[in-house]
Amino acid sequence: MQNKSKSGIGAFFGRLVRQQYFIPLTALVLLALFNLIADPAFFKISITTNSAGNRVLAGTPITILDYGSELAILAIGMTLVTAASKGQDISVGAAVAIAGSFILRMLCGGDSSSSTLHMPIICAFLLGCVVAMLFGAFNGILVAFFKIQPMIATLILYTAGRSIAAWFNNNELPIIKDATFSYIGGFIPGVPIPTPFFIAVICVVVITLVLKFTNLRLYTEAVGINENSARLNGLNPAAIKILSFVILGLCVAVVGLIKVSRVSSINYSVIAKDIEMDAILAVALGGNSLSGGKFNMATSIMGAYIIQFLTQTLYKYKVPSEALPAYKAVVVILLVVMSAPTVREYLSNLVKKAKVKEAA
Amino acid sequence: MKKKLALLLVAGMTMASVVGCGGGSDAAVTSSDAATTDDAAATDDAAAATDDAAAATDDAAAADDAAAADDTAASGALIKVGIINNDPNESGYRTANDADLKATFCEANGYDASFAYSLKNEEQINAAQQFIQDGVDYLLLSAADTSGWDSVLQDAQANGVRVILFDRTIDADPSLYEASIVSDMRAEGDKAVDWLKSQNLDEYNIIHIQGVMGSAAQIGRSDALTETAASEGWNIIVSQTANWNAEEAQQIVQSVIDSGESFNVIYAENDNMAQGAVAALDAAGITHGVDGDVKILGFDTNKFALEELLAGNWNYDGQCNPFQSSYIDNIIKTLESGGTVEEKTIIMDEMGFDAETITQEDVDTYGI
Amino acid sequence: MSDNVLLKMRNIHKRFPGVYALQGVDFTLRKGEIHALMGENGAGKSTLIKVLTGVYTKDEGEISIDGQVVAIHSPQQAQNAGISTVYQEITLCPNLSVAENMYIGRTAGIRQNWKKVNADAEKILQSLDIPAKATQQLSSCSIAVQQMVAIARAVDMDCKVLILDEPTSSLDEQEVAKLFKLMRDLKARGVGIIFVTHFLDQVYEVCDRITVMRDGQLVGEYVIEDLPRVQLVSKMLGKELDDMGDISGEYRTYEHKEGEAPVFEAEGLASDSGIKPFDFHINKGEVNGFTGLLGSGRSECVRAIFGADRVTHGTVKMNGKPVKITKPIDAMRHGIAYLPEDRKVDGIVGDLSVRDNLILAAQVLKGFMKPFSKAEANKFADEYIKLLSIKTASADTPIKSLSGGNQQKVIVARWLLAHPEYLILDEPTRGIDVGTKTDIQKLVLKLASEGMSVTFISSELDEMLRTCSRLVVMRDLHVVGELTGADMNQSKVMSTIAGGEKKNAE
Repeated sequence: MQNKSKSGIGAFFGRLVRQQYFIPLTALVLLALFNLIADPAFFKISITTNSAGNRVLAGTPITILDYGSELAILAIGMTLVTAASKGQDISVGAAVAIAGSFILRMLCGGDSSSSTLHMPIICAFLLGCVVAMLFGAFNGILVAFFKIQPMIATLILYTAGRSIAAWFNNNELPIIKDATFSYIGGFIPGVPIPTPFFIAVICVVVITLVLKFTNLRLYTEAVGINENSARLNGLNPAAIKILSFVILGLCVAVVGLIKVSRVSSINYSVIAKDIEMDAILAVALGGNSLSGGKFNMATSIMGAYIIQFLTQTLYKYKVPSEALPAYKAVVVILLVVMSAPTVREYLSNLVKKAKVKEAA
Repeated sequence: MKKKLALLLVAGMTMASVVGCGGGSDAAVTSSDAATTDDAAATDDAAAATDDAAAATDDAAAADDAAAADDTAASGALIKVGIINNDPNESGYRTANDADLKATFCEANGYDASFAYSLKNEEQINAAQQFIQDGVDYLLLSAADTSGWDSVLQDAQANGVRVILFDRTIDADPSLYEASIVSDMRAEGDKAVDWLKSQNLDEYNIIHIQGVMGSAAQIGRSDALTETAASEGWNIIVSQTANWNAEEAQQIVQSVIDSGESFNVIYAENDNMAQGAVAALDAAGITHGVDGDVKILGFDTNKFALEELLAGNWNYDGQCNPFQSSYIDNIIKTLESGGTVEEKTIIMDEMGFDAETITQEDVDTYGI
Repeated sequence: MSDNVLLKMRNIHKRFPGVYALQGVDFTLRKGEIHALMGENGAGKSTLIKVLTGVYTKDEGEISIDGQVVAIHSPQQAQNAGISTVYQEITLCPNLSVAENMYIGRTAGIRQNWKKVNADAEKILQSLDIPAKATQQLSSCSIAVQQMVAIARAVDMDCKVLILDEPTSSLDEQEVAKLFKLMRDLKARGVGIIFVTHFLDQVYEVCDRITVMRDGQLVGEYVIEDLPRVQLVSKMLGKELDDMGDISGEYRTYEHKEGEAPVFEAEGLASDSGIKPFDFHINKGEVNGFTGLLGSGRSECVRAIFGADRVTHGTVKMNGKPVKITKPIDAMRHGIAYLPEDRKVDGIVGDLSVRDNLILAAQVLKGFMKPFSKAEANKFADEYIKLLSIKTASADTPIKSLSGGNQQKVIVARWLLAHPEYLILDEPTRGIDVGTKTDIQKLVLKLASEGMSVTFISSELDEMLRTCSRLVVMRDLHVVGELTGADMNQSKVMSTIAGGEKKNAE
């Protein structure tokens, strides 16, 4: 996606690219080094047999790929919303609950512990996509037409979303006993890699193709940087903002499907709780400005897996439960400080000085 | 613009309240279940004395129960109750609890009930003040937090509003409320731990999955395990919160499996987290339940959990009785007829189910 | 002479990634003088000013005030050293009141007597004849008044050195005269004023000395009497100024072919911007213009044509066929292009590269599903960077790091790439250097000769007289006259503005 020419101009641009990758790469290297030194077994991957009799890969790296994939999918949508609307959608967790609940409702047909599926999973999923995209459009309309700040606009769904999710299933907790349904959040027989990772790969490929073969990037960035100018160049800023929210809605539906498949059930009040914060953090960790404009999808996705890496490291070292959020807060603080222009300037000055010394 | 926003908010709230009503449909069945619970656990030594007292109150009040209800209904003077509860979406327990309350406190039983839901103490206190202003006769309260209730309960007393606590106690002078009907979380934990001890495993390597830190259920159930583990020399290899959340529990267990440590017990402080933990075991091909390598303990007797028990996939599930409404109803009837409540704190009877002994009937009766 | 020196900058260097903005520049300012700082865009004037005011930190060099070497690392330090600035772009807070803007950041402590502040502000505003109230919210003032408030703020700070960076570019003549009076008053009090502008007339009207810069280097410092205009311009451009002759001189006429429908024709057009219904047409290959004082509705007319504001009345025909234009994309699809007046707010997409800015309009016309390939985009970018001699490090450089004139060229290129039938240029020459101005005027005439219809708006009347064959004259949101042929001269335009009949379609 980036120009890697080696000319003088290219080298200048290369520096910019390095800056964008600077934060996530540093975070990744630090985490990896820490784990390598503390316990190299962290990276051990083994083959085990799961309860369905499949031989599958296991180990922390696999777990990171597995759970980080949900976050990566959400990061795609969140990056677009951030770029276009200069704000973030905080209703993602609630929307995941809605999508998951709706998919379960379609599959179990209102019977709270149905042993047969009432429709093919793909149909339920597609309907779930439609529902999640409608809710995304709702957020988008509030932001684009009513000019409400994204965080405030999505606060509505954030507040009401889980109740809506519960309402889809009459407040019951439906359980799907169909084995194929659990493949989505687990393993497909004969495939040793967790299915969510494949789904994330599909999503990444799709968004890469979309960014390559449409003008989504140019339009989104133009609207996010200068709405006036975008409009005078024939764009419809409102439509593009809504589009970004609808795409996020699609990502939400995919994550909702994975989430409910993992335990073949749902708990409305806690499913995907606080996932919006991790998704926003992923975008920030990817070196993207939270005030919109230019974006880098690849680093956002990297950011998502790095956050999962961090979470998994914290679990691994049995960080006391109460302290988990504090550790994430430290990461956020580091991020904000690192991305501050003054710090960057200071760092680049240091590098310059070091180079001068080397030369001398 | 602001007007439009306000409209949207109103629409959102209406939607939320519609959702709130949704839970009430199948509520009628559940209240009767509570009565059966009473005698089931007569042998429970932990709280035998209180149990008897509670049972006595129950019996005394039960006699004029129906009559009183008819009276008030006929006279048209409904008893006004304001019920402050946690969000019914919080858990299956809360859903059952709310449904039970809705079924009991209805017009047919002589009540004019208003409900307020929040997981936040300040919002609950606001709701309480609103109910006091509205002139309710009784305030039924399941507090989000234990502290901060003194002044509002004093207001209630000054305005002649009688307060009955259910499900959760608070740090306030007992004179400020008429009665408190609670589950003894510690007793629930002790019962589960006693069961675990009775299994006489060669060694105990336990994954301890906690609920939201600081909640009464977490404290009671955690303390029971940690104290016994210390005295018995059990090895708790990890103790982490999954915030009542299945997926978080799944991740915690997954990370233990990844680290290669061996374990043979998962003590999850609610059913959802046990469910998540089991999903992680299944993915890794680790057997569990009656014939498996890992013992699974859960709480709250969700229907799905009891079914897992029946199928032998889990080992133990502790009840947390959500059906306080019949107790409350009796207390109100007693007070209305001029009687007094002898015992301030009423601890409800609760059971523990073992996969070896559970029956389909248990599942149907106690599953929530 | 040397004891008269107020400010001395010696051997100032400043480098940016890819740009060596200041290469050992000297600058000297004496007490009680108005000193013009001249140069094309990209010459380094703005950078020098920003170094002086602490916005940028110099890489090398020395600054002394009253013979004392001073370190200036922040705007606050500059202010403390007695240096005040009024920038080209308004740098005040639009959501605060006029008085708050004048006193923000200047008061000690937290407590503030707002009554006194308002009264003081009111006094200053009155003494400077600024038509604003102290308690008025700044954003409710016109741009010109906002500019004057900024000057009032600077004047009130007891400054030794007052820097006026393009202060007149959004002021009309009366306001400029008022400003000059104020500058002379300050000069008499011994204040040294650095005056950055593109208007040559103004330099010769008010300045004592001129320092000329080119490509980040000092060309020289001159006493005004010793430097005739032609020489100044040639020093700024670095070449003799014979090109100007090409397009000055005779008025232009347009030969209309019989029976050919106008490219664009509007009847009773009006928008929610307040412009009164007006009729307008333009023929193939014609160049015409809207003229009038600031705020007379020139921009509002063309915005209505392009659908940039909400059109409330009127019918529009393109090449004789009725069309509906309600939003910019409609206009673009019918072959209309519009270069907006405010480059920064409506024109550039700051963080995007020169290439993305350049292809934007053409890309939108081509469609969402059909992006230009990387090779195509690069080809367009290289082509137009060369064609319009846009000075940029590369096509990947963010447009915001280009100088104003080069940004404007990119926007012009953007619309040329869209191959319009009818091109509207609203103030394309504002705030850009003489060389680019001439380039743009020549480009307009070339495009017209190739058959494009162009509407050209400029606040510099002689530019319009040189380029247009027909002028629509505006006053107070009304069309008051239309001038062609021999009527196309300064005095006729002035008299039309002053006393023309209102000719709006009613």
